[in-house]
Amino acid sequence: MDLAGKKVTLHDMCLRDGMHPKQHQITVDQMVTIARAMDEAGIPLIEVTHGDGLGGASVNYGFPAASDEQYLTAVCKEMKNTRVSALLLPGIGTVDHLKMAVDCGISTIRIATHCTEADVSEQHLTMAAKYNDLDTVGFLMMAHMVEAEELVTQLKMMEDFGANCVYITDSAGYMLPDHVTSRVALARAELRPETELGFHGHHNMAMGVANSLAAVEAGANRIDGSLAGLGAGAGNTPLEIFIAVCDRMGVETGVDLFKAMDVSEDLIVPMMDDMVRVDRDSLTLGYAGVYSSFLLFAKRSAKKYGLSSRDILVELGRRRTVGGQEDMIEDLALDMAKAQGEN
Amino acid sequence: MSKKVKAAIIGPGNIGTDLLVKAMRSEYIEPVWMVGVVPESPGLARAAELGLKTTADGVDGMLPTLQEDGVQICFDATSAYVHAENSRKVNQLGAVMIDLTPAAIGPFCVPTVNLAEAVSARAMNVNMVTCGGQATIPMVAAVSRVQAVDYGEIVATVSSKSAGPGTRKNIDEFTRTTASGIEKVGGAKSGKAIIIINPAEPPLIMRDTIHCLTIDEPDQEAITKSVHEMIAEVQKYVPGYLLKNGPVFDGKRVSIYMEVEGLGDFLPKYAGNLDIMTAAGLRTAEMYAEEMLAGRFVPTAA
Repeated sequence: MDLAGKKVTLHDMCLRDGMHPKQHQITVDQMVTIARAMDEAGIPLIEVTHGDGLGGASVNYGFPAASDEQYLTAVCKEMKNTRVSALLLPGIGTVDHLKMAVDCGISTIRIATHCTEADVSEQHLTMAAKYNDLDTVGFLMMAHMVEAEELVTQLKMMEDFGANCVYITDSAGYMLPDHVTSRVALARAELRPETELGFHGHHNMAMGVANSLAAVEAGANRIDGSLAGLGAGAGNTPLEIFIAVCDRMGVETGVDLFKAMDVSEDLIVPMMDDMVRVDRDSLTLGYAGVYSSFLLFAKRSAKKYGLSSRDILVELGRRRTVGGQEDMIEDLALDMAKAQGEN
Repeated sequence: MSKKVKAAIIGPGNIGTDLLVKAMRSEYIEPVWMVGVVPESPGLARAAELGLKTTADGVDGMLPTLQEDGVQICFDATSAYVHAENSRKVNQLGAVMIDLTPAAIGPFCVPTVNLAEAVSARAMNVNMVTCGGQATIPMVAAVSRVQAVDYGEIVATVSSKSAGPGTRKNIDEFTRTTASGIEKVGGAKSGKAIIIINPAEPPLIMRDTIHCLTIDEPDQEAITKSVHEMIAEVQKYVPGYLLKNGPVFDGKRVSIYMEVEGLGDFLPKYAGNLDIMTAAGLRTAEMYAEEMLAGRFVPTAA
């Protein structure tokens, strides 16, 4: 694979996707400390919000240690070069949250929908595109669940609503490099040449780095990852590893590898409640094609109702659940516990 | 044959047609008009076959003969954007407006919770909140009538096929209006609503999760009883309103897991979200009609 001379924009997820394994309890001070260190390391873009995006604070997803507004205000004002993004899932957050986040000083808004439901983002993308200089991104989750043609139709819809960048998001960490290549390549061929294209991976099948390379080769120029892989499931593409690989392959990231490694080792890893890694349950997410943030919910319900978390995850995959259906997990566990009692 | 109150349905789409099928069975309501804007609309053709007067000129096409035709109740199944104008026009001619759009210019109405109140207030416009609101607010109210609810949150999951273009274009209306209904009608101090659209095939039946955080330790026995009683009330007009699991008690959290299957009148059974709207709208109209037929309420021009 020859990627020499290509340029990619790296986007760190620790302070948003990383909120999932932290049960949304990263403090404002921790966020500021980490964000400053990432700024120092030259990471161009970082995401900050509740794990489920703006307005995610809820019984269903968990209440965070601080509000989105507190996190964003504190982080944005400390950044010298690094820009800050916020995620918004229509159906959870609203345009009111979007306005608030812009007022806090974000440079990038990412509007996320399930891979077949891009039309629910019209209201939000249209409004975002009206702001001068607001980097407006459409983000299609669980992209493994549809074929490339359908996915590209949906990406184009987001492009039409005003997104200047669109993402193929492997929320379940299910994709293998070939899946990434076919989707990214078709998207690159069909989208307007000026529209940027991104890939967001999860490491559940340990494919984070390989998939991100496949994405770059097929035409993506933005790559999400997180230092030490702090993210839902087995985490996001481990960013310091991806940076090292890019350095070796001559891909320009603009990030200082050793500084990035230090942030990972000295700040992120010590903050983890449990080691974020590929284990039986997170591997099951990838294998069964399940939304990565279901992991801790399945573990908790399994414990409470005397079930196997792997069984719960496999069943969630079989039912083709989508991102945000965390409420389904306890309901399903109760059904499974009843069925177990009857046997 | 008992006397019925004559009604008009504005909007011959899926919702309007399903409402028509239900209204044809009503003991209190007689649908006489179907109003649309597209001449070749299949919904208008169906209504005409069933013997209704139809127009493709919008509400204006019906207004000249509204009083002559005895229309006292109108249902608006169009969109929030045109609702206010529709409502003003029919109210002026003395017809009550039942609003199935998310416009919410009139008071919210959830039949099992506050319908009697709305009817006794003689409101000339009542709003049916949202599909998610109709499916979940009765459960929030079932908890809040037992003890104070600090926070009510609902998650409505609907099949992709049952989420129409109106809902999709303006999904924020759903979350805002539902959250407001959770507070105003459900009785929670603060409310939050989440909607998830799932494209799985075959389409999933509408699922609703209701989480309440009570101020004091929940009285498990009283809440469980109240929830079961409320479900029985909703089942009177939506037989497929089913408790799947719960109430689950976890500290001060009370969680209720529901499934809403529709009657399958015109809309498919999985679209319980749409069915509960049309059923609630009709139930509301029937309560108004009972008052009108008993001579206790004579709607007058606004």
